[in-house]
Amino acid sequence: MEQKEMIRIRNLNKSYGNLHVLKDIDMKVLDSDVVCLIGPSGSGKSTLLRCLNYLEKKDSGQILIEGTEVTPGTHDINKIREKVGMVFQHFYLFPHMTVLENVIEAPTHVKKVPKAQAIEEAKALLAKVGLSDKADVYPSKLSGGQKQRVAIARALAMKPDILLFDEPTSALDPELVGEVLATMKELALEGMTMVVVTHEMSFAREVGDWIVFMHDGRVVESGPPKEFFTNPKEERTKEFLQTTIF
Amino acid sequence: MPSFSHFFDILFSSSDVFIRAMLLTLELTVVSILVGIVIGLLFALLKISNIKILAWISDTYVFLVRGTPLIVQIFILYFGISNLFLLPDFWAASLALAFHNGAYISEILRGTIQSIDKGQMEAGRSLGMSNSLALKRIILPQAFRRALPPLGNQFIIGLKDSSLAAFISMNELFNVATTLGSNNFDEMTYLLIVAVYYLILVAFLTIIVNLFEKKLSISDR
Repeated sequence: MEQKEMIRIRNLNKSYGNLHVLKDIDMKVLDSDVVCLIGPSGSGKSTLLRCLNYLEKKDSGQILIEGTEVTPGTHDINKIREKVGMVFQHFYLFPHMTVLENVIEAPTHVKKVPKAQAIEEAKALLAKVGLSDKADVYPSKLSGGQKQRVAIARALAMKPDILLFDEPTSALDPELVGEVLATMKELALEGMTMVVVTHEMSFAREVGDWIVFMHDGRVVESGPPKEFFTNPKEERTKEFLQTTIF
Repeated sequence: MPSFSHFFDILFSSSDVFIRAMLLTLELTVVSILVGIVIGLLFALLKISNIKILAWISDTYVFLVRGTPLIVQIFILYFGISNLFLLPDFWAASLALAFHNGAYISEILRGTIQSIDKGQMEAGRSLGMSNSLALKRIILPQAFRRALPPLGNQFIIGLKDSSLAAFISMNELFNVATTLGSNNFDEMTYLLIVAVYYLILVAFLTIIVNLFEKKLSISDR
């Protein structure tokens, strides 16, 4: 069966002043695939991810979401963001709301889902990420790993077609990384389309369907993980993989 | 010769007049603070908007209010506006105080709004919220909570500043104290009494602000 193209990027360029951070990026993300963006810091992977959610404005090039080109002029960006969820490195839970309130906030206020229904769905999501007992707790009471799982539940509550992860485990203590990766793996197995900026090479290798290696604002090499990790073609990739701990 | 017993005699015998005056002071303060918060929020939002002319309007307002004495502002509003249409004394005083407090409140709110992590807005936007919805649901509740200590301070300043309404013949605390004091040739006693009333009001206001702070900080515990 032919997989649907969820995201297609053509010739994307982005600069901050004189700093050219994304250079002629071409990339595609297929339905149900997990694409892992890896590379040294400063290579532009987070910027690329943020462009997909229009948190950063591209300078030139095309971004197609589910087959249609989206620009702030032609589309209601808020509607696109309902379909493309985002999980941040620093969680950004809403500190003045309980865990449950965090999860139902967008469904009730953006999609106007009836509150009772939103609560029911939120409770199912919290159960899914293993945090049913934390529903009425404020985020300040949670560990980093728990916060990130709530953030994942909050993003899922909008029933997105695509979920973007911006270094979701980089701010966590080492012993908390596993629980977040396990949740993400479960989502991947359920068929969620995911784009993940990560430094967790074993996750990329095990869960990723496609690896994109970026360096200095360019996509240097991409391919399925088996090939990418065992038989890298580019010199830069080899250097990077040698310095990376698995 | 003033004495403690004399002070308490006058304190009790004048309590009717002073309590009425205290209620007026309280009304002036509450109205000017509530209207001041609305004005302050409006100008804070103008200031942080990305539209230059709006930010400039906000800057000018703050400059004018901070740059002139409150008593001048009260007189300008009282004499100036009563030339155009009849503004009851109470509203002339309340609006002047609100206009004045609004400038300081707008600076407080602007600071706390800008102190909220940029990621909070991004998280809201990434969930499909519009800018204004995220502001209302995510940013402002956090900003107001952070603003409570300086706002409480401003409320106390506003309460004491309301004594300047005496100069447009409002019978609030200070006016009553000076009038009774000079009528009875006993200024010091009445001034000490009015100080007690102000202290009671400030204590009351402090308790309310503390209660609010406690209630709103539940999520931090």
